[in-house]
Amino acid sequence: MNIKLILNVSINLLRARLKQSVVAGVGVTFGITMFITLVSFMNGLNQLLDGLILNRTAHVRLYNEVKPNETQPVNFSKAYANHQNFISSVKPKDSGKEIYDSKAIMKVLLSDERVQGVAPKINTQVFFNAGNIELAGVINGVDIAAEEKLFMFSDYVVEGDSRDLATVSNSVFLGKGLADKMLVNIGDVVNVTTAQGDFVSLKVVGVFQFGLADLDNTQSYTSLSTAQKLFAKPTSYITDIQVKLKDVMLAPAVAKEYAEIFQLDAIDIQTANAQFETGSTIRSIISYAVGVTLLIVAGFGIYNILNMMIYEKMDSIAILKATGFSGNDVKWIFVFISVIIGVSGGTLGLIFGYLLSLLIDNIPFETASLPTIKTFPIYYNPVFYMIGLSFALVTTYIAGLFPAKKASKIDPVDIIRGK
Amino acid sequence: MSTKVIETIAVSKEFSDPVTVKILKEVSFDVHHGEFVSIMGKSGCGKSTLLYILSTMDTDYEGKLYLNDELLTGKNDKQLAKVRNEKIGFVFQFHYLLQEFSVLRNVMIPGLKLAKYSTEEIEHRAMERLRMLGMQDHANKKTNQLSGGQKQRVAIARALINDPLIIMGDEPTGNLDKLNSDLVFDILSELTKENKQTILVVTHDPEFAAKTDRIITMADGKIIS
Ligand SMILES: Nc1ncnc2c1ncn2[C@@H]1O[C@H](COP(=O)(O)OP(=O)(O)OP(=O)(O)O)[C@@H](O)[C@H]1O
Ligand SMILES: [Mg+2]
Repeated sequence: MNIKLILNVSINLLRARLKQSVVAGVGVTFGITMFITLVSFMNGLNQLLDGLILNRTAHVRLYNEVKPNETQPVNFSKAYANHQNFISSVKPKDSGKEIYDSKAIMKVLLSDERVQGVAPKINTQVFFNAGNIELAGVINGVDIAAEEKLFMFSDYVVEGDSRDLATVSNSVFLGKGLADKMLVNIGDVVNVTTAQGDFVSLKVVGVFQFGLADLDNTQSYTSLSTAQKLFAKPTSYITDIQVKLKDVMLAPAVAKEYAEIFQLDAIDIQTANAQFETGSTIRSIISYAVGVTLLIVAGFGIYNILNMMIYEKMDSIAILKATGFSGNDVKWIFVFISVIIGVSGGTLGLIFGYLLSLLIDNIPFETASLPTIKTFPIYYNPVFYMIGLSFALVTTYIAGLFPAKKASKIDPVDIIRGK
Repeated sequence: MSTKVIETIAVSKEFSDPVTVKILKEVSFDVHHGEFVSIMGKSGCGKSTLLYILSTMDTDYEGKLYLNDELLTGKNDKQLAKVRNEKIGFVFQFHYLLQEFSVLRNVMIPGLKLAKYSTEEIEHRAMERLRMLGMQDHANKKTNQLSGGQKQRVAIARALINDPLIIMGDEPTGNLDKLNSDLVFDILSELTKENKQTILVVTHDPEFAAKTDRIITMADGKIIS
């Protein structure tokens, strides 16, 4: 097969039918444009929604769960060793929420090369006193530098500077909902009752907003040392170790492994946030489905135009065959015509898709729950463009294949006789 | 010494639409190298049908067909396409040229397909043949800017591009006036004389046929002389 010649014949046939070819190409362009725009936008949305909670969540969280001891006294008894022992109404044992030897554990974690970083945390229920009302809430004692690095805390700060947590003693960042309920602002003091009944005053140095009412109405952040002081615990006291991995997909396996090694409870992000995964997947499926549908429609357009072209070009096909082109050569001529339409239409589609994404990226989109988002989110990813072009190629190839096969079967004798 | 360029052995063909009719009945004949042969016969006697078989475009027949002692019967589409490209030049009654290409390109295409020479060389050879047929000044025209006689000359130039073993024509002068018809005949006879080009032409023109080396007369699907 002489590809150069066949391509040349294809291009000349195409030129002779430029208008229809352009119309067919526009169909592909439209399909690819919409596909690129949709996928970029949907994935932008996915990222934004993931950012709402997934970015705020540790890939693996190590903690001590309050639960009954697994080895109950009866299991130590030799007499009942070979029996099934049923024990009812077992009460949990308070081994404390503290993670023992946390410094050493964190050191080990940091030396694991799958780990991107670790952040310690103290997590405790408290009551915020606003006048004579008590609001149930949570105080998170965090190492603000680690929190910043792993979870981009300042992205969610609406007021104040997160670094103040480390420098100002007894300082606290309140969730927006909580701050609004208590009518406090930066510089105000809030009173907190701990679970042990102690009464403490904390100075508000900032307000954050995660965009999830559940969190914004109950959560507050303070430094590790403030939290330890609050509960009169030593400086080694922490209740959670948050681990961020380099590859989030490893989380379930790593969680299992750590639980074993450190004899702690471990939960991975996939288990903790299954519903978010599902949402993301469905949005992706929708955008791909729409893109593919548009391309199939474009494919039918190409199919029609190629069929028409073949009827018009019967004579040319007969001449080509009479002068030595085989059925296969003729097939490739028409496949190339289709693919040329696909590649040029598809490439234009990529360009327009990019431009349309840019446009959407600049449309203002302000929502109270997402303080750092100013415009509609778009995720630019070269992979989408590669997929788009491959889609265009595959659909136009298939759309061209059937008419091309028909052309290859045209009997030149019929045509020459018929004239 | 004269080798057989074309030889058929008992070639038969029937159409079964709407009723089975035998159009060619055991046609056996040969054409020797350097001969200018014409086929004559009444309309509907099967001349074109025979020519399509000889040109390998029609493979649905019984009997055997040899080109230069090579059996063509039973070869596949790809092999036959190569044979047509390399060894057979075909000139139709209606000047079949590709409208999408220039005159020069039309002549070049079978050469490009064969790819025996470089593109420059093929272009040179195409120009040579156009010059031989007095068409060199029209090389860059579109085919629809030519007259019928001019188109036929371009078709002959195209048939010659790969130095074929044989040129076949189905009434190549069929819709040309006397002047152009004579011109085409002169070109063809010159080719046989000067290049020992083998030519097989179906014609209705007794004057044309009379000037050829040999006349094969057909009647009712058979060769009668
Ligand atoms: N596809 C076909 N189906 C059925 N019959 C056919 C078909 N093609 C040709 N025929 C018949 O075969 C016979 C021979 O046709 P052919 O074209 O070979 O004649 P011809 O000798 O070339 O005639 P002419 O001089 O008019 O061109 C005719 O009777 C024609 O009707
Ligand atoms: Mg005929």
